[in-house]
Amino acid sequence: MSRNIWALLSSDFSHGSTSIFAPAGTPAHSIFSLSMLVLGITTAIFLIVAGLLLFAVIRYRHQAGDANAAQEPPQIYGSTQIELSWTVIPILIVVLLFLATARIILSTQNAPKPAAALDVTVVGHQFWWEYSYPKLGIVTANELHIPVSDPKHPTPVYLTMTSTDTDHSFWVPRLAGKMDLIPNQINTMWLDPQAPGLYLGQCAQYCGIQHAKMLLRVYADSPADFAAWIARQQKPAVESSDTQAAAGRAIFQQSVCISCHTVTGTVATGRIGPDLTHLASRDTIASGSLPNTPANLRAFIDNPAAFKPGVLMPAMHLNQHDLDAVTAYLSTLK
Amino acid sequence: MATHTTAPEQITHPPRRLVLDLLHNWVTTVDHKKLGLMYIGYALIFLVIAGVQALLMRIQLSIPNNSFVSPETFNQLFTMHGTTMVFFVGMPILFGFGNYLVPLMIGARDMAFPRLNAFSFWISAFGGFLLYFSYFGASGLSGAGGAPDVGWFAYAPLTARVFSPGHSTDYWTLAILLSGIGSIGTALNIVATTLCMRCPGMKLSRMPLLVWLYLVTSSLVFVTISPLTAAQIMLMLDRYAGSHFFDTQAGGSAVLWMHFFWIFGHPEVYVLVLPAFAFANEIIPVFSRKAIFGYPAMVAASVGIGFISLSVWAHHMFTVGLGPGANTFFTLATMVISVPTGIKIFNWLATMWGGKIHFTVSMMFAIGFLFQFLIAGLTGIMLSVAPFDWQLGSSYFVVAHFHYVLVGAILFMLFSAFYYWYPKMTGHMLSERLGKWHFWIFLIGFHITFDFMHVPGLLGMPRRIYTYEADRGWMIWNLIISSGAIFQAAGTLLFVYNMVWSYFKGPLAGPDPWDAWTLEWSTPSPPPEYNFAVIPTVESRRPLWDLKHPDDPDSRYE
Amino acid sequence: MSQTAVIPQTTPWVLPSRGVVGMVCLIVAESAIFTIFIVAYLYYLGKDLTGPTPRQVLDLPIFISICLLSSSLSVHLAVSALHSARRGLCSIWLAITVLLGSIFLGGTAMEWYKLIYRDGLTLQTNLFGTTFYSLVGLHATHVLVGLIMLSLALIFSLSGSMTAKHTGRLEVLSLYWHFVDAVWVVVFTVVYVLGR
Repeated sequence: MSRNIWALLSSDFSHGSTSIFAPAGTPAHSIFSLSMLVLGITTAIFLIVAGLLLFAVIRYRHQAGDANAAQEPPQIYGSTQIELSWTVIPILIVVLLFLATARIILSTQNAPKPAAALDVTVVGHQFWWEYSYPKLGIVTANELHIPVSDPKHPTPVYLTMTSTDTDHSFWVPRLAGKMDLIPNQINTMWLDPQAPGLYLGQCAQYCGIQHAKMLLRVYADSPADFAAWIARQQKPAVESSDTQAAAGRAIFQQSVCISCHTVTGTVATGRIGPDLTHLASRDTIASGSLPNTPANLRAFIDNPAAFKPGVLMPAMHLNQHDLDAVTAYLSTLK
Repeated sequence: MATHTTAPEQITHPPRRLVLDLLHNWVTTVDHKKLGLMYIGYALIFLVIAGVQALLMRIQLSIPNNSFVSPETFNQLFTMHGTTMVFFVGMPILFGFGNYLVPLMIGARDMAFPRLNAFSFWISAFGGFLLYFSYFGASGLSGAGGAPDVGWFAYAPLTARVFSPGHSTDYWTLAILLSGIGSIGTALNIVATTLCMRCPGMKLSRMPLLVWLYLVTSSLVFVTISPLTAAQIMLMLDRYAGSHFFDTQAGGSAVLWMHFFWIFGHPEVYVLVLPAFAFANEIIPVFSRKAIFGYPAMVAASVGIGFISLSVWAHHMFTVGLGPGANTFFTLATMVISVPTGIKIFNWLATMWGGKIHFTVSMMFAIGFLFQFLIAGLTGIMLSVAPFDWQLGSSYFVVAHFHYVLVGAILFMLFSAFYYWYPKMTGHMLSERLGKWHFWIFLIGFHITFDFMHVPGLLGMPRRIYTYEADRGWMIWNLIISSGAIFQAAGTLLFVYNMVWSYFKGPLAGPDPWDAWTLEWSTPSPPPEYNFAVIPTVESRRPLWDLKHPDDPDSRYE
Repeated sequence: MSQTAVIPQTTPWVLPSRGVVGMVCLIVAESAIFTIFIVAYLYYLGKDLTGPTPRQVLDLPIFISICLLSSSLSVHLAVSALHSARRGLCSIWLAITVLLGSIFLGGTAMEWYKLIYRDGLTLQTNLFGTTFYSLVGLHATHVLVGLIMLSLALIFSLSGSMTAKHTGRLEVLSLYWHFVDAVWVVVFTVVYVLGR
């Protein structure tokens, strides 16, 4: 039974695992080993105290059949020695736990930043994530691509985090603990995924109506894949020769879309919504809550609130023809 | 609940007049017992309301991508559930018991300031009414009419006018401000009563532990509720007068609100849990038939908890970027509080050790409290470990942890207190048979819900989400959690039924049904308006023990 | 020490006055409220995005501070006068207290008038305006409440309905007034000395 639960807790639910007991990065690993120590100590305390309680309840229950059932038991008012012992022993346990904890706090939060570290700025928005790579000139949204970090030559990613509106929290359990994104304040944390793959998470600080669907997707790429991804993202937006896409581009650029969204190299320079320059290169839309298919994209543009009630993007009220054209245009933005 | 006093008038007045008289009698009363009962009744009504809110949330979360309630409604539900349970269930029900019991236990005829007492009750009650009036009179984040939806700790800047237009947040602020004024008034009253109204011989060192705990908890109210009141004034100035306390656009700080809120919020947990300890201190000895083990240590531990609780607030803020220094300090402070708490658990155990434990329903709930409080304390230690908290904070693990404290410990001890003092308050015993059903059904429901609630937290499920993705593996756990809620609801209904049934059909209690030792059991059940015909004089911590055992009185050992 | 233990004493059962205890509790609660406002003031000191700053616009309110602090003495003298049943003297000292308190409040009003109309500083201007007006205003509200209570006491004293047996109650009121003065010492130090 307990083994089954353990398997459930730590197993990789296809690609969907967000278990804190399946660490895949240094911060998550050190928290994991600390938590094993804490769980061990607390379990021991639990077994001892609950055992004593169980014993007392059974051994000292009132038995009506007893010869002296009516008599009161001997009254004991206290014992300094015994009470001292259950004051001092907990203090010792606290000291032990505290020292172990302080070590991990310092090793995680005061870790020296290697020269090879990559900087990424994370900005929280209601209800999506903006990622920019200042030294690489890349801005993207909702899907964070970072390189796998080889423990021998660590290439960790340092996140500089803030928010433009309400509080958010960045939590990808397999990589690290969470860190809040707070307006008017800069927080930092670091990640070093040790195996390629997709790591999931979601916003962990209530930020408004759509908090539940502010999902996180972190792609840990092999060095080659990461370099290829960067090269792709650094290119300007694709200019498709397809007529429907061209028509869609014209509609896009004449509508209010451009006041919130950016498509690099065009008149669309809005900063309120996600950058769409390479929208079609992403696996998902709507902060990771919908697969990026033309059908989903079309339906989302038509009425975003149907998928994410409370989303700040208004329904665009485009006619069927325009909707198809804009969808076609956006689907070309690889 | 006190028809006994007006019963003789039934003959002389027509029934309509009687109802009005009765109403007038209750609305204008300054009697601490009636006010106590009104506090308890008012809290029970809100308990049922907030319980229904919890059920609705559990239905919504039982399967992924459910659309039983809208996101707006869900956000209102968890905001109202939390706010109601803390401010309009927890506080009033504990003050209700305090109001009722403190004067009786120290041999006084009323509270120090009876009219202030009535004022405090009515202003708190008005706060609760105002909070729920928001369902009709306000609009929130969603723009539609409705209740507050900013979460019970209402982090800035979500509460700013930009992000929370309409008036729902104003109702939240005002309701809490009013209930805070009531709480400070009642706390002041309890402190003044304890210090100034004790009967002859009732030295501080002879006060029942319940009274000590109420003294500590009330003192704590002054330094916890007041900061909240100050923060609410600031929030209101921000929303109405255009000031910038929490306005991040004008350089204001979102973190400052967190500090102010948790300077209130964490000690508040102790304000709620200390009265539960208070009940345990009375009930466990009586049903173990032994004096409390280590009275001075219990007092010292309570006062110690009161002081240490003022220095732990930022353990709610391990993830806001306070830096390693602050994280280390608040880890230590939080761990240290487990020492006096541990002393209490061990002293209760030692009280039961060598006794003759009577398994009344009251004692069963008290043992449940001990067991669950132990677990709640241990998960609390896990959360005090800052790095562990970076993973567990704001997840369902935290939700499970504090419900273990609030339901597993406080509510269990409250049920225990009901079974113990209901006979004193009404003159009738609660049915033990129904009570045992209540205990077992509620216990099973509690463990199904809250034991398993830790798991989705470990699997990465954050709190306050109205739905979740199907591929995360959280569904099975949520389904189990939701099913436990049904048992808890059934148990609670049984409890309410028991209270109503026993009021009319329960056997008469007599003055001292439990063969107990404190002064409230020396009065008739229910006590007359003046409590004591003759003000008693006491010589020890257990005056009724001295009376019952003149050959071996406690006063000889103190 | 051992002597007192041997001789059985029939000490009368004396408990503290509930009025004093109640007022002390209120003062503790109020202190906590003021602490939060003071923390906010200090936290935001120098973090304004726009002017004016405290150094540019604040002057030391020395005269009105002296008035308020001396009113602590006068209210104390009023209590002693009432205690020794000299009602006339009590009325005089109460009147002086009310006068001194009113001067303080008037001085605050003039300061605010100057700040609002000459320096253009309001609650909405910047963080300094927000925290300054709320902190000083919170204190001024307490002065106002105290003045109303003291004026009532003065009326009762003049009409003869307050006599020596009410000394305890006037003493409770004087405790509140001392508290208001003590808070001003802190506010003065924080706002006008440290904050400038």
